[in-house]
Amino acid sequence: MNKKIIYEIKGMYRDDFRITGYEFGEGEKSVCIIGNSRGNEVQQTYCCSQLVKKMKQLEEEGRIKSGHKILIIPSINPYSMNIQKRFWSTDNTDINRMFPGYDLGETTQRIADGVFREIKDYEYGIQFTSFYMPGDFVPHVRYMKEGYTTTEDAKKFGMKFIVERTVRPYDTATLNYNWQVWDTKAFSLYTNTTSRISKTGAGQAVMSVMNFLANNDIIKYSAIGEKRIRTIDDTDLISVRTAKSGFYEPLVKAGDRVDAGTPLANIINPYDGDILETLYAPIEGIIFFIHNEPLTYANTAVIKILGD
Amino acid sequence: MVEIVTSVGLPIDEKLMIKKNRIMPEGSSMNNLKRISVVTGIHGDELEGQYVCYELQRRIDEEKDKLSGIVDIYPAMNPLGIDSITRGIPAFDLDMNRLFPGNKDGNMTEYLAAGIIEDVQGSDCVVDIHASNIYLTEIPQIRINELHADTLIPLAKEANVDFIWVHGASTVLESTFAHSLNSIGTPVLVVEMGVGMRLTKEYGDQMVDGLFNLMKKLGIWQGEVAGVRTPMISKDPDDVSYLNATASGLFVPEVKHGARLSEGDLIGRIVDPLCGKILDEVKSPQAGLLFTIRDYPIVDEGSLMGRVLKEEVLVNE
Repeated sequence: MNKKIIYEIKGMYRDDFRITGYEFGEGEKSVCIIGNSRGNEVQQTYCCSQLVKKMKQLEEEGRIKSGHKILIIPSINPYSMNIQKRFWSTDNTDINRMFPGYDLGETTQRIADGVFREIKDYEYGIQFTSFYMPGDFVPHVRYMKEGYTTTEDAKKFGMKFIVERTVRPYDTATLNYNWQVWDTKAFSLYTNTTSRISKTGAGQAVMSVMNFLANNDIIKYSAIGEKRIRTIDDTDLISVRTAKSGFYEPLVKAGDRVDAGTPLANIINPYDGDILETLYAPIEGIIFFIHNEPLTYANTAVIKILGD
Repeated sequence: MVEIVTSVGLPIDEKLMIKKNRIMPEGSSMNNLKRISVVTGIHGDELEGQYVCYELQRRIDEEKDKLSGIVDIYPAMNPLGIDSITRGIPAFDLDMNRLFPGNKDGNMTEYLAAGIIEDVQGSDCVVDIHASNIYLTEIPQIRINELHADTLIPLAKEANVDFIWVHGASTVLESTFAHSLNSIGTPVLVVEMGVGMRLTKEYGDQMVDGLFNLMKKLGIWQGEVAGVRTPMISKDPDDVSYLNATASGLFVPEVKHGARLSEGDLIGRIVDPLCGKILDEVKSPQAGLLFTIRDYPIVDEGSLMGRVLKEEVLVNE
């Protein structure tokens, strides 16, 4: 293992901003794995820490095949994590909207550039990321439908679900999108949580990355992935929306199988406790995403169901 | 007449309402009247447009009989942001100017954005007033996406700004309020002036003069208007130099905003208050006009401290 500084900015009163990477193996740049880019993506960094631990073990046991280099960067934004702020500490910009970056630009453009220079030549790129809304997911792997990364590549993670995402205009400055522009096959791994650590979720993430590395003949490891993998389009997910704002009381959890008509959540009057609205499953399927905060706004897709 | 453009209930005993004030000639129907919409407050920390909304109405009221069209004033597109000194939409941490055209069936923020677009579209001209951000002060200027330059430059020349900056198309900017409306044929001029969280009254007065002139050209105002200044126009990205900090520290300016500079002139210094040392001297890379200057003194490496518009563009003014 080679621990190295990927990028550094001198701090004024804070310690210097440092992005640290862990390299395993030698040879072709095979796989790069990135943890958090936002300050609240604690689980995403935790997953990387568990991967670093696992890779150290594999390296010590001689199970990384020759000719392959793997780089893991647990955090590209430690400054925001340390002050528990989602975006950049001073100007609130999102590093994951700054790629490919610009070395003469503003601070987060420089950070994106500094990171991207180090990671753009890898054959595969994996980013642990989070949804813009707080909630729990069924773990899955996503890729952007740009014609470069394919579902066959994504199947190598052995995860039960693959989500193909149609590119929106605001996606074009993300790491995942730009990796593909620079010929890296890029994936986003959605684990079940964001700002709370889930050991099981992290364990699943480690296993899926192990599957991916083994299936690409990069490590010696007996991959046991899901037998039945389902590829869906992000537009296949059926949103269940609130009509009212108020307290939000979920009645199901991510991964639950529900019949059409199953009560999913109540929206409660915050002053008198009356149920303002009960949300019901419009179809039979799996709870793929579920909001996990105590309050909700009206018109909010608090639940996404994947039909059979 | 104050109207609610769109609204949505918040969780605890409050309704989020986006309001506008419609001013029309007394006794007239809406038929065939031209309409100008003045929009501001998409970013909750940009307040320069607040004064413009007030002053425009005060001056219309003084000569109400000269009004021959509709003036719609939308002072607070992001009322929760203005109230809580938050640039984006609080709770969502989303930049409202990346949500357009919105979606009536989407989440709360997309729903509000769609309601706004529905209400504003069809205006003969929309002026969307921004105030830079809390870091940088700008001279009054209009920024135009090159895709819409042919339609918008003639309108922008009537708006009494100092500078028209035509910039390249960017996919990320497709979700702005202005791009969404310009794409469906409602012309939107994006004004940037002053600085976030503050008022610059002289810029506001200059902008109100510009709005009256625009209204006159559009047939919305029959009264006298002040003459407007001829703006500098830049269409070439090489016209503008960016001054980014080479070190983290305290930026201490040595010249005033709007200074005319020669190549190599000292603009300011980045200093280290802990050790009392100069970390860098910020010098002008070209002769020209310092049209942007940093107002917020702390800089990180990379922070923008100013922009210089090159001399040749000033000569063409």
